[in-house]
Amino acid sequence: MENKILVFLEQRNGFIKKSSFEIASYASALSQKLNATVEALTIGKEITNLQEVGNYGISKVYFYKNPELELYSSSAYKKIVSNHIKENENNLVLFSNTAMGKELSPLVAVINQGALSVDCTKLDVENDSVKVIRPVYAGKAFMTAELKGNVNVISIRPNTFPANKTSELNSEIIEKYIEDLDLSVRVTEVVKSDSKLDVTEADIIVSGGRGLKAPENFKLVEELSQLLGAATGASRAVVDAGWRPHGEQVGQTGKTVSPNLYIALGISGAIQHLAGMRSSKYIVAINKDKDAPIFQIADYGIVADLFDVVPELINELKKIRGNE
Amino acid sequence: MKLVVCVSYVPDTASKINVSLDGKTIEQAGVTYILNPYDEFAIEEALKLKEKFGGEVDIISLGGDKNKESIQKALAMGADNGILLKDDSYRDSVAIAFGLAEEIKTLNADVVLFGKQSVDYDNGIIGQLTAELLGFNCVSVVTKLDITDNKVTAEREIEGGKEIVSTSLPVVITGQKGLNEPRYASLKGIMAAKKKVITEKTPVQFESKVLIDGFTKPASKQAGKIIGTDASAAAELVRLLKDEAKVI
Ligand SMILES: Cc1cc2nc3c(=O)[nH]c(=O)nc-3n(C[C@H](O)[C@H](O)[C@H](O)COP(=O)(O)OP(=O)(O)OC[C@H]3O[C@@H](n4cnc5c(N)ncnc54)[C@H](O)[C@@H]3O)c2cc1C
Ligand SMILES: Nc1ncnc2c1ncn2[C@@H]1O[C@H](COP(=O)(O)O)[C@@H](O)[C@H]1O
Repeated sequence: MENKILVFLEQRNGFIKKSSFEIASYASALSQKLNATVEALTIGKEITNLQEVGNYGISKVYFYKNPELELYSSSAYKKIVSNHIKENENNLVLFSNTAMGKELSPLVAVINQGALSVDCTKLDVENDSVKVIRPVYAGKAFMTAELKGNVNVISIRPNTFPANKTSELNSEIIEKYIEDLDLSVRVTEVVKSDSKLDVTEADIIVSGGRGLKAPENFKLVEELSQLLGAATGASRAVVDAGWRPHGEQVGQTGKTVSPNLYIALGISGAIQHLAGMRSSKYIVAINKDKDAPIFQIADYGIVADLFDVVPELINELKKIRGNE
Repeated sequence: MKLVVCVSYVPDTASKINVSLDGKTIEQAGVTYILNPYDEFAIEEALKLKEKFGGEVDIISLGGDKNKESIQKALAMGADNGILLKDDSYRDSVAIAFGLAEEIKTLNADVVLFGKQSVDYDNGIIGQLTAELLGFNCVSVVTKLDITDNKVTAEREIEGGKEIVSTSLPVVITGQKGLNEPRYASLKGIMAAKKKVITEKTPVQFESKVLIDGFTKPASKQAGKIIGTDASAAAELVRLLKDEAKVI
């Protein structure tokens, strides 16, 4: 069977997101291996960095345009993507498992009578069969599954694959202005949260737990975050206490993250917290209890009072930043 | 207003998850099952809508006999009717959604509510799949819901903020923490629920196109090194992050 891969590129504020470039990069590597074609699709009003898709090895991008499509509309978007799949006979469709990808991929799967697997961390095609691996039970196990659809729709967990700029391709951008939008479900406004960077989109996260003792002490966490260009995260204990907003909560009932570096300050490492961050590439724990479970999964641990260590850490970082 | 809530039955989040020796299934010994935590937000929201607009709340679960426990809990919280779509065999998410949708089509629902995700396979898709099969509007991961006449305004959580979504009935929403504070079942509610009947039906068959090959445990991470027990370790930590891990 000839494979025709389609990558859905998500734009926000007129910029294609990094997680979309990750799947573009992964899909182009996969297409070379399979000798398959790969094209991309995006939807919006104006997009500033669309040309960059070429750097990730995708030579053709369809840009469905209409000023009304600047903000997400599940009803309009699902139809555009599904019609495209039908017209182009794509049989493998990739989304990033973002808020938008998670909502849109099932709608598209139903319309195309396809098979669906979301939040995958591995994808392979062998002898016409699509195999995926995905974390289940909050990362306590992995499931391997096989997709048998005529159209297989897959979403990939953000931060799983690197966005590799390996190519100098100049993508052909095919702009299609579309009318007759179905706007029966539409976003009318996007409200940004106060924290500057979201934990799900950050390469580095500094999280604080009950060990911080009081809400005002989170200025330590924030200062460290800022120095590292990191997002600030939190345990449920401090979110429930009202010290931090829910959007910062990492874990089973919060957000699932897999940054390159996760720094846990005064967090014990309860199983529900680990559920949200155990797939981080490097984990640092600073906790004064040497038996805290967080040390079981930390790459680097410091058993000490965080109020002693963190200011020193901030000093050390300022030193190296000063030298750069 | 006709309200329908779909609920699942899942391992308690504190359960230890072990894979069977042949790698095909999850060991059941020692795993306790509960009503999916996110479904409580869906049930609570349905009860609130009923309090506001009048009507009925139906609870549906597709699965084995045990799923009645989840339905029972929802009835104890105050829901009116329970339906078990009894099927002990494996169904992928689309096949579950298909079974649910076929049943919901007979109920004349205005609002169908789901949890944002089941904490077993962590998919977060059955609400959206069912919405599309029903031809209903859909808003997922909802943290605030307002219904006035036919108009629906919902807030949904996205990366770095929230979206305000505008749509109309009939609608499917999937509930996220923040939507409400689920009530506890009162003793009276628990007693009343025992008298409510749970109707058993056979769900419509549908071919599953996602087949599970098996499960593996994540490679157990080596407990890392403790690099110090006082503030002087900070310098070493920065060096390791910079030169060994190369992440800063
Ligand atoms: C259904 C369910 C879902 C849940 N979901 C989540 C979730 O999404 N996310 C989540 O985080 N939790 C979740 N929890 C809660 C979880 O079980 C823990 O209660 C919570 O993670 C604990 O937060 P903590 O580590 O900040 O607090 P604690 O467990 O109280 O730990 C505080 C730590 O700080 C250390 N400490 C204290 N003072 C200092 C100091 N001066 N210097 C250094 N270290 C210090 C202590 O040694 C301790 O280890 C959930 C629970 C349930 C039942
Ligand atoms: N077997 C089921 N029967 C009824 N509802 C279900 C079932 N499985 C999942 N759901 C609903 O769909 C939501 C999302 O589940 P999932 O897509 O499996 O993560 C859950 O929160 C439930 O509301």
